Amino acid sequence: MKIVSLCGLLGYGYSEEALEVAFSEHVDYVGVDAGSTDPGPYYLGSGKSFTDRNAVKRDLSLALPKALEHKAPFIIGSAGGAGAKAHTDWLLDIIREIAKEKNLSFKMGVIYSDVDKEYVLEKLNSGKIINMSESFPLTEKMVSDSERIVSQIGVAPIIKLLEQKVDVIVSGRACDTAIYAAPCVFNGYKEGLAFHMAKIMECGAMCAEPVAAADVMQSYMYDDYFELRPASPKRKCSAERTAAHTMYEQTNPYMIYEPDGEINIKDAKFEQIDERTVRISGATFTPAKEKTLKLEGVKKVGYRTICVGGIFDPLTIKNFDYIEKTVKDFVASAVTCGSEDYTLNFRKYGGAESNFCVVIDAVGKTQDIADTVCSLARSRTLHCDYVGRKSSAGNVAFPFSPSDVHVGEVYEFSVFHLAKVDNLEETVKVAIEEV
Amino acid sequence: MKLIELTKILRSKNAGPLYITFDLMFDSREKMQTALCSLNKSVVAKAYNVDENSVEIIPYEIVNSIKITFPRKNVSGSLFDDDVYGCQQHMPLANIEI
Repeated sequence: MKIVSLCGLLGYGYSEEALEVAFSEHVDYVGVDAGSTDPGPYYLGSGKSFTDRNAVKRDLSLALPKALEHKAPFIIGSAGGAGAKAHTDWLLDIIREIAKEKNLSFKMGVIYSDVDKEYVLEKLNSGKIINMSESFPLTEKMVSDSERIVSQIGVAPIIKLLEQKVDVIVSGRACDTAIYAAPCVFNGYKEGLAFHMAKIMECGAMCAEPVAAADVMQSYMYDDYFELRPASPKRKCSAERTAAHTMYEQTNPYMIYEPDGEINIKDAKFEQIDERTVRISGATFTPAKEKTLKLEGVKKVGYRTICVGGIFDPLTIKNFDYIEKTVKDFVASAVTCGSEDYTLNFRKYGGAESNFCVVIDAVGKTQDIADTVCSLARSRTLHCDYVGRKSSAGNVAFPFSPSDVHVGEVYEFSVFHLAKVDNLEETVKVAIEEV
Repeated sequence: MKLIELTKILRSKNAGPLYITFDLMFDSREKMQTALCSLNKSVVAKAYNVDENSVEIIPYEIVNSIKITFPRKNVSGSLFDDDVYGCQQHMPLANIEI
């Protein structure tokens, strides 16, 4: 069975030539991961994608007709980046647009994995929440302050849709591995191999040399092993690089934790079978004693305004700690809001004699407060006096006019916890449509 | 000698928004063992000003590597975080004397 991974992230791009190579032989499934928490909490909070619409459309437009031609179900996980309903609908809109333009028709399964606050509160109050980190325990307030909460689905909802013979699956927030492991588990391949393969494939050709998250990867499943070979003839898979990639972004190099169970790769073997292909075997799967779903939520903490400035005078740089303190005290005395209504942070880069960058970072309860704090801090930093100052016309070189920039809404993670569940599909809503 | 001089790859990255993880790769088992002799929870905790008990150091022999993981001091993207992806946090580790 052959599975193709378009790239490490939908919208990051891949080479058209590599796609042609991948589809020059029969393909059984195509997958692509469309999301991540790496870009931070803003995207889940705002409902916006961190990838560009045109780039996402390009990546889908090339691959979708080929997947349909090969009758290879096309599985997209964590739609729109953060994978909430807003993001999933954004991606569905792009797919419908492509179908219309290219005159394609297909059966599409959609998985929503949003959860409401009541669901999480009920889990919390019945002792079914597990903290991922001791320093980040869940409280009722964190749940009730949340703007949006999603659950990372596992393979089960995808398998259900494969049973219903859909051509395209668009899932909201999903475990990265679910995209590639689901078709293998569905076809009866060993779970240990399925998840190990999926863990490497979800990054596209990132395990290849030259490394590229933005290129096509191929896997071939067999009963007791799987093989990986990048589609682009310019790239190769080495046993060493593939083994190294297994531990990428994992807390433990030997264990991969999934809602369905644990994958132990301690006895995995990585064999080079030709210059560009690696054969991997040995990963084992233990079903979870207690099934869990990972929940991700964010809360709004304010609005941000920033100002970027350069300082080239060594004496000003030397006195910057003094300037920073003076400015913070001045802002505190000059604002009409309370001290709890804003934060003012000087982000300093460089420190070399004459090459220093400062980003004045003001976050306020409202955009108006952030603007005022940034403006006061900027003007005071510009003209702050210090002992021995010669450059008395100004301390900061502003590269832009206007100097102050609205960054907008600011979010923080409020939920990143495991919930014990009876049923791994309990947070899922599924819809099927004929496109 | 600084740790970075002994490594082929020395990288940091989020392992989810709550954890930071470091991959140290060496081109021989000997170099990996040398690094392991001078690396312990206390040294890492001191370099990053974190609680020693929260640091995990796991050798990954298949590829002559060491993985180090501990909780982030600031959750990714929170008000005072300065590295959302966590991919530029490796220098205190790189500069550890071995």
